[in-house]
Amino acid sequence: MPKLIKQDTICSDDWLAADAASDQVAQHHFPTLPQWRAATGRTLRTVQLQPGDVVAELADALDTLDIIAVDFPVLTDGRGFSYARDLRERGYRGELRATGHFMPDQVHYLRRCGFDAFQPADDSRIEEYLRQSRVFSEQYQASVDQPLPLFRRREAQAG
Amino acid sequence: MYIYDQYDQRIVDERVAQFRDQTRRYLAGELSDAEFLPLRLQNGLYVQRLAPMLRIAVPYGLLSSAQVRKLAHITRHYDKGYAHVSTRQNIQLNWPVLEEVPDILAELASVQMHAIQTSGNCIRNTTTDQFAGVAADEREDPRPWCEIIRQWSTLHPEFAFLPRKFKIAVCASEQDRAAIHAHDIGVELLPNAAGELGFKVLVGGGLGRTPVIGSVVCEWLEKRHLLTYLEAILRVYNQHGRRDNKYKARIKILVKAMGVEAFRDAVEAEWAQLRDGPSTLTEDEVTRAKSFFTSPPYADIDGKDAGEALAARAAADPIFGNWLTRNTHPHRVPGYRAVTISLKATGIAPGDITDRQLDLLADLADSYSFGELRTTHQQNMVLADVEETALYSLWQRLQKAGLATANIGYLTDLICCPGGDYCSLANAKSIPVAEAIQARFEDLDYLYDLGPLELNISGCMNACGHHHIGHIGILGVDKKGAEFYQVSLGGSQSKDAAIGKILGPSFSQDAIPDVVENLLATFVSLRQGDETFLQTYNRVGIEPFKERVYAKAD
Ligand code: HEM
Ligand code: SF4
Repeated sequence: MPKLIKQDTICSDDWLAADAASDQVAQHHFPTLPQWRAATGRTLRTVQLQPGDVVAELADALDTLDIIAVDFPVLTDGRGFSYARDLRERGYRGELRATGHFMPDQVHYLRRCGFDAFQPADDSRIEEYLRQSRVFSEQYQASVDQPLPLFRRREAQAG
Repeated sequence: MYIYDQYDQRIVDERVAQFRDQTRRYLAGELSDAEFLPLRLQNGLYVQRLAPMLRIAVPYGLLSSAQVRKLAHITRHYDKGYAHVSTRQNIQLNWPVLEEVPDILAELASVQMHAIQTSGNCIRNTTTDQFAGVAADEREDPRPWCEIIRQWSTLHPEFAFLPRKFKIAVCASEQDRAAIHAHDIGVELLPNAAGELGFKVLVGGGLGRTPVIGSVVCEWLEKRHLLTYLEAILRVYNQHGRRDNKYKARIKILVKAMGVEAFRDAVEAEWAQLRDGPSTLTEDEVTRAKSFFTSPPYADIDGKDAGEALAARAAADPIFGNWLTRNTHPHRVPGYRAVTISLKATGIAPGDITDRQLDLLADLADSYSFGELRTTHQQNMVLADVEETALYSLWQRLQKAGLATANIGYLTDLICCPGGDYCSLANAKSIPVAEAIQARFEDLDYLYDLGPLELNISGCMNACGHHHIGHIGILGVDKKGAEFYQVSLGGSQSKDAAIGKILGPSFSQDAIPDVVENLLATFVSLRQGDETFLQTYNRVGIEPFKERVYAKAD
């Protein structure tokens, strides 16, 4: 079973990448956005987004979803970072899983954007992903895991 | 200037540790080339023709004397004893060794400096007017806003893997000395109808292969919304900018493709989600940022007396007079001037400065200018707060160090990229072309007669040397494997921003000084009164220049 990181621990589960070529959603595979859309009555409780998908399509269905996976086909395509923040800002509370070809050194940023599960395509370096997930203890911006920007926290400190 | 607190310091220190670990893993084979590439770029490290090149961030061009001494030390200890001032106010080293870069970053962190996001597809160093805080035509000091943007953009988690690099510039004065029209985002502090200052926001300017002048996306924005609005623009770009072709990936292409109205609508839609959120600026934060940019303890000087004494000095020593006229800029405080130190002496690559000159400038900053220095996007340096009575002795000391070339704003104060001597992307060399032009036009009286003139040289269409916005632009092109140069006329980087027009077929390197001479002769023969080159060009058009240059070339 593929390994992943959840709640700062290495674990594994059954979920596999979506299969866009198929009409049917194979067991244990995330549905693609079109497959999710085609399923009636919002019965599918997971979906895997690709760069280029329109996040807003999920806006009304967020509380019907347990896992939204956001795929990174290449490590330099940063669209998924915005998708994650957008989903969290729209109130999505379920699991947000980064999948694909991101690298360990991106986990820190991914986490700040709202991802809480990390499933790299190549799980042989999974410890490294965990090790790189908290290399900074401070940050300037507001983000999902720290909704107050540093300037507001500085002010609170100064009283 | 801005002083780090424990938070800023911790972030920079943790960044050094992170990059040290990344370098170690790369050298140990634990990170692939493809993985290390964006990581090193986001720490300013390019791999070039001869060695890596390290770009050090100089936020909005401001340096303390202690920082300048540290830079001198770094160039001496880790490099070949000189550094280079870039067209985005940063400092570049041409010869560092990869294994030592983490140590260089640690040295920088010890004086509150870093190389974060000085290259790579992320938000780069925010630039502004080199005369910020002292210019007489300023509406408000732009530096607190630059610092607010710096903090927001530093290690921003959402925008580290954009389609392409992203540059922001801020202008707060009548005259635009920050080239805001040539930036991905240009921000101008402007009053609204009620007289309240806010931001006009331009988007989609840029040079490179497809030069574009920025479009207005917001006429006037309340100050407190600055960060949420910027974030909305970046989010639209991050999601919709092209990623299939790196030459079409800049935001300017997206704005063109969508049309500015549709782009604005998309930004407004994103902004609706972010507006009034926690990133909205507070009074306290703005006050805190401003508290770092208060006036230094200026002496109370009778401006008239000081001015008269200075005029007498200049009359008695015309060489000093030349320098005074060209290399000093009016100051908002009576009895003071801002001094530009030319890094454009003939025979030295434009923008290069040695370790000893850096040390000297640090000393001069301490003696004459409250311990601060600035870099300019024209690749010079500035002492912003010099008493007029001290100018003569300052000039004498600069002269001894080869730093008193009196050419600021004139032909030989040209902008030039590293070109084929250093850069692996170059089509042609640019530094020797700059030197040949400087050597040809050494006669200062002729230069001054020509009036203000900007000549910019890039070694390829990436346009690092801003050739599109030079009054005269020179671009290195590849013609069947040989180095050639295309010349353009009529570019401008100020409020009347314009992209230069190509003169015609390109020239060999040897021919360039003659071509420039012919262009100047055409200008002199057609000039009316005190017209500048650009004014004459705008009046007569490109034809007369073309005729003369190509007639001679045949
Ligand atoms: C020697 C190593 C360098 C390399 C490999 C390099 C590479 C590039 C590339 C590829 C671009 C085009 C990017 C685009 O249009 O998206 C570019 C643009 C630029 N570079 Fe460089 N550059 C180098 C040095 C410099 C230096 C030394 C300066 C300053 C003197 C500089 C300043 C700029 C500026 C101002 C632009 C134009 C930005 C724009 O298009 O808006 N670069 N550079
Ligand atoms: S303009 Fe071209 S040659 Fe010059 S530094 Fe940039 S990439 Fe290199």
